[in-house]
Amino acid sequence: MTEPLPAIPPRRRGGRGAVAARFAAHRGAVAGLLVLAAIVALTLFGPLLHRIDPQYLDYLDRNQGMSWKHPLGTDNLGRDLLAQVLSGGRVSLAVGTSAMLLGLALGTLVGVLAGFVRWLDGPLMRLVDLFLALPLLPLLLVVIMLFRDSLRAAFGPETGIFLLIVFVIGVTSWMQTARIVRGEVLALREQEYVLAARAIGTRPRRIVTRHILPNVLSPIVVSAALGVANAILLESALSFLGLGFPSDFPTWGRLLFDGVNFMSLHPTRVIWPGLAISLTVLSVNYIGDGLRDAMDPRGDLPPIAGGARRNRRGRLGVLLATRRNGRRVLQGKGE
Amino acid sequence: MLSYTLRRLAFAVPTLLAISFIVFAILDLAPNDPTGSLPLTIPPEVRADIRRQLGLDQPMPVRYLKWCVQFFWNEPLALLERWTGVSLGAAEGRLRVISWSTRAPVLDLIVERLPQTLWVIGMSYVIGVLIALPIGVISAYRQYSWFDQLGTFVSMVGYSVPTFFTGLLLIVAFSIKLQWLPSVYDTGHRVTDWDSFWFQVRQMLMPVAVLALYNAAQISRFLRASMLDNMDQDYVRTARAKGLRERAVVWVHVLRNSLIPVVTVIALGFPQALGGAVITEQIFRINGIGQLLIQGVYSADIPLVQTLTFLFAVMIVLFNLVADLLYAVLDPRVRYD
Repeated sequence: MTEPLPAIPPRRRGGRGAVAARFAAHRGAVAGLLVLAAIVALTLFGPLLHRIDPQYLDYLDRNQGMSWKHPLGTDNLGRDLLAQVLSGGRVSLAVGTSAMLLGLALGTLVGVLAGFVRWLDGPLMRLVDLFLALPLLPLLLVVIMLFRDSLRAAFGPETGIFLLIVFVIGVTSWMQTARIVRGEVLALREQEYVLAARAIGTRPRRIVTRHILPNVLSPIVVSAALGVANAILLESALSFLGLGFPSDFPTWGRLLFDGVNFMSLHPTRVIWPGLAISLTVLSVNYIGDGLRDAMDPRGDLPPIAGGARRNRRGRLGVLLATRRNGRRVLQGKGE
Repeated sequence: MLSYTLRRLAFAVPTLLAISFIVFAILDLAPNDPTGSLPLTIPPEVRADIRRQLGLDQPMPVRYLKWCVQFFWNEPLALLERWTGVSLGAAEGRLRVISWSTRAPVLDLIVERLPQTLWVIGMSYVIGVLIALPIGVISAYRQYSWFDQLGTFVSMVGYSVPTFFTGLLLIVAFSIKLQWLPSVYDTGHRVTDWDSFWFQVRQMLMPVAVLALYNAAQISRFLRASMLDNMDQDYVRTARAKGLRERAVVWVHVLRNSLIPVVTVIALGFPQALGGAVITEQIFRINGIGQLLIQGVYSADIPLVQTLTFLFAVMIVLFNLVADLLYAVLDPRVRYD
């Protein structure tokens, strides 16, 4: 009892530099960032170097293997596979990012409203529960089947399907973000600086934009990374089932779908697009993992305890924690 | 406990009604014509007649109520009759949910398809859990060892690589290159003797492996996180202090307490896995309910799609309920009433 307690090291300020340093220490995340940067650069600038039109039909060069002219070979209509994978990547990444942004905006809006406006909390959280109980994949298939043609007619074949897919993925993937943001906002609302801001008469909107939002940024950034991965996976799943993008405007998922029928003769037609999806999602997931570790305030703990605590929950552990918190709230209501 | 169960049940009913309305409304608002796939030679009057016969000229709330009656009353009765063989009242006069493309009751189609799905998905889920248990425990116990690092990497790959790519890779490797396993699932196959049993095992191997990897990746991470939460609790130190062997401490004391949240995760994951069956069944050509859904979507068979989508929702709500009840039963620290 008389033994002196070990001195608590001064808490490092979790500034941007500290976050970046911790992120850089996460080997997987750095590797993920490099791979993702390479993929994005390839899809953006690759078509400038590899100047074959992805839709050009070269009947004489059908079903070619790898060669200098066609580095990944050609498909059954003589289209260059590398050009297709590159342009498909642009669409896949664009869909992933836009759908994530939409889902993130919705989730943040719902989360802030539920956490900040007391009477909206109950109804909005019931809405979240309802959306979580929807069977997403079947519902997405149905919505796309039903509205595809009218949207293609209204906005043109390419924009129409793009808008539809981004919309359906975004509208069905905001629930986790909303839950996390709501939890953070509920905790922040009672902090002294927010009370102080309220005391000097700051308008609620200003409190949210000035004091709440900057402080919920880190969970939002983490769910942004996971949201991109999720959106890319969902889009390629839909395209793989033949209900996403059409063949003349292919994404990686659609290329995979088109390649399946030729799989036994030309397995590379499924391997390249599949590898592209997998690498992208894997690197985005690693980045999300690293970001979460870097922004986790527990990362500030002294090294001895920190060694055991840093990264102790996996990516899914965070979901577990939010679920438990949700349960604790439910419990309180039930009593 | 009973009042908690009843309360949760009471909450599930409005959820299901809301979902059924959403599913109905989405399909109803859609600019879609059930007579669209009929030959163009049919005159407009006849088309209008067909629409009237299908009941499409009535206002939407009426049709929703009628659908509810069909779905929540007529179909369960039909199912009961089918199972017991007893006829309950006027079975002939009851309107059933009829598939537009096959003209058969939707329920019969689903009952036909369900066993294949349940076998493959259920089996892969069980195997996934069995793989995840030791991996999760060892990764947590030897945190940051090479085993844990490997486990982290494999599970990251497991839930980053989509099942439709792993499935195709397995087909390319084992069906096309090595020709060891069949790539198409033969549902008509009957297990009668040792050879046919072996064939059944071989054709289930790839779909089950793909899904088991995916499920094991997720569950093992949950278990690892949960084990780590429990590992430095006081009761673990007490167990060690009273001289229990390390094996007993980890595999009995820590594991039992760590499984509480994981069991609910397992329960919550099952309907997700069923939804994912849509993709797996498409890859391996298994004619289960996932493939039925895709067929329904392609042929614009609204009643079939409606029923299947709603059934998936029922599964989700049901397993949510199961997860909550399991949590209440398993965790004595939580008292609900």
